Amino acid sequence: MKLGFFTREASRALRRNAAPSFAALATVLLTMLVVGVFIPIVQATTGAANDVRKRVLVDVYLVRGATQPDIARVRAQLLDTVNVKRVEFVSKQEAYQQQRRKDPEAFALLGENPLPDTFRVTPENPDDVLKIASALAPEAAGGGRTPIDRSIDEVRTRRDDTSKILQVTRFVKLMAGTLAVLLIAASIFLIANTIRLSLYARRREVEVMKLVGATDWFIRWPFVIEGVIVGALGTLLAILLLAIGKIAIIDPLASDFSLISAPETMPFTVLIAVMLAAGVAISAIGSGLSLRRFLRV
Amino acid sequence: MAVTTSRSRTPQRAAAPAAVPHRARPAAPSVIEFRGVEKRYDVGAVGLDQATFSIGRGEWAFLVGSTGSGKSTIMRLLIKELEPTAGTIVVAGRDLAEITHKRVPYYRRNIGVVFQDFKLLPNRTVYDNVAYALQVTGGTRKEIRAKVPDILRLTGLSTKLHNYPDQLSGGEQQRVAIARAFVNHPPLLLADEPTGNLDPETSIGIMQLLYRINRAGTTVLIATHDNAMVDKMRRRVIELSQGRIVRDEATGAYVRDESTREFAVRMRDGLPDTPPTVEQR
Repeated sequence: MKLGFFTREASRALRRNAAPSFAALATVLLTMLVVGVFIPIVQATTGAANDVRKRVLVDVYLVRGATQPDIARVRAQLLDTVNVKRVEFVSKQEAYQQQRRKDPEAFALLGENPLPDTFRVTPENPDDVLKIASALAPEAAGGGRTPIDRSIDEVRTRRDDTSKILQVTRFVKLMAGTLAVLLIAASIFLIANTIRLSLYARRREVEVMKLVGATDWFIRWPFVIEGVIVGALGTLLAILLLAIGKIAIIDPLASDFSLISAPETMPFTVLIAVMLAAGVAISAIGSGLSLRRFLRV
Repeated sequence: MAVTTSRSRTPQRAAAPAAVPHRARPAAPSVIEFRGVEKRYDVGAVGLDQATFSIGRGEWAFLVGSTGSGKSTIMRLLIKELEPTAGTIVVAGRDLAEITHKRVPYYRRNIGVVFQDFKLLPNRTVYDNVAYALQVTGGTRKEIRAKVPDILRLTGLSTKLHNYPDQLSGGEQQRVAIARAFVNHPPLLLADEPTGNLDPETSIGIMQLLYRINRAGTTVLIATHDNAMVDKMRRRVIELSQGRIVRDEATGAYVRDESTREFAVRMRDGLPDTPPTVEQR
């Protein structure tokens, strides 16, 4: 009976204050629309950045004339090293084929295969590349590097490329994160402010209710339920628009752009659930908290 | 609960008003008691200075004085909207300082309040405005359906049940406010300038209504600056000036057992001949 009463109070307030309610609804709708577009973009960007980081490798070149047992022994040693996720062997023939495909004319001039056998070592975490390199070839006192195995000719990290990639992707992730935080903060402020405006128009009403002997929560519940209704309606409309946009625009393009189909974007259903929860929670808590000022009578 | 006690007390008092034992001071605690109450506002203004008085059960008292003399301060102290800076206020045997912030709503349910600007809820019909006072106390739908039409009939608003406040005249709005204040049958009714916005004829109608409530056993305290009205009523008057009580007297012939009709006739006496239908405009 109590819940029914509060819900009826809330819907009465919504009907009798159509204009401010509509303003609050529009605010929720717009911010949720922006959030709904932005979350996948942030995720796709960081996903793409992570993809790039995955390509950071350590190349281990073997000495010319390394035998099968040598190769097996080095593979075992590499697998034993900390932070190593995956070890891939590229034989000199394979490397030759790959390179020749890239630049047939240059390789036509070469008489024989100049490439060594190579191990491509994928690190557990891209930031550990340099650690792996120094584990495989510790720096000697003289300044040069001595590999841990006599069959290893050289260990290379493409140091310049690596640090550049790490730097850029870190920056991209940081920017995306900052933007996301700012956007969420702006949405909360915007929604809370709109709610406060519509409450301000009704502060006299709250005052009268207090004078009649209504407890704080008796006054507050209808406002909270009102916030839930407004938040849910606004978010549902935003989701509807997003779904239309997704079906009409994004899905046809998804096959052509790797960013849109980035594997780390959350599925649409999860996005909907997150948005709905956030919209309802922000509006309800916002109206409950904003009311606090007017309850001090 | 309050209904039964007030109903049973009414005939008793009508029979022998002076002999009712609990009117004797020390035996029965008074409904309102101010002891050396002082209220200073932050800016340094004095709202109330060393006010001491008490009002007994079933009594009718006026608070008079010019604007800023402290009438409204007393009212606001009584509904615990303000806290006194010094002194003690006791209402129905309870020290207001002991009522925690959380319990204030429950305390207020025992007091009916009527204001000069009516303070009705603009988004509710007459019926819903009065019903809200019962909903607040957790009144059931059945109770509301039984009580609200009753009190609206008493206040003469039976035909306006579904009007919104802005569709009513000032006098009618004040009647709604009184109906709302009285629907819980509180033992104490406070009225802050209840006739401040109304013409004399309508004012008499409002006073008549308050008188009827007082006769049902409710203590009534009215702040007003309508001196003509106060003189005619011949009731206890507490006069304030700059926060101090300068006069407290039960004026002359204290007409206790007047019927509401006799009361109205006496109040209209001397008023220019206005048809009694003025209010029904």
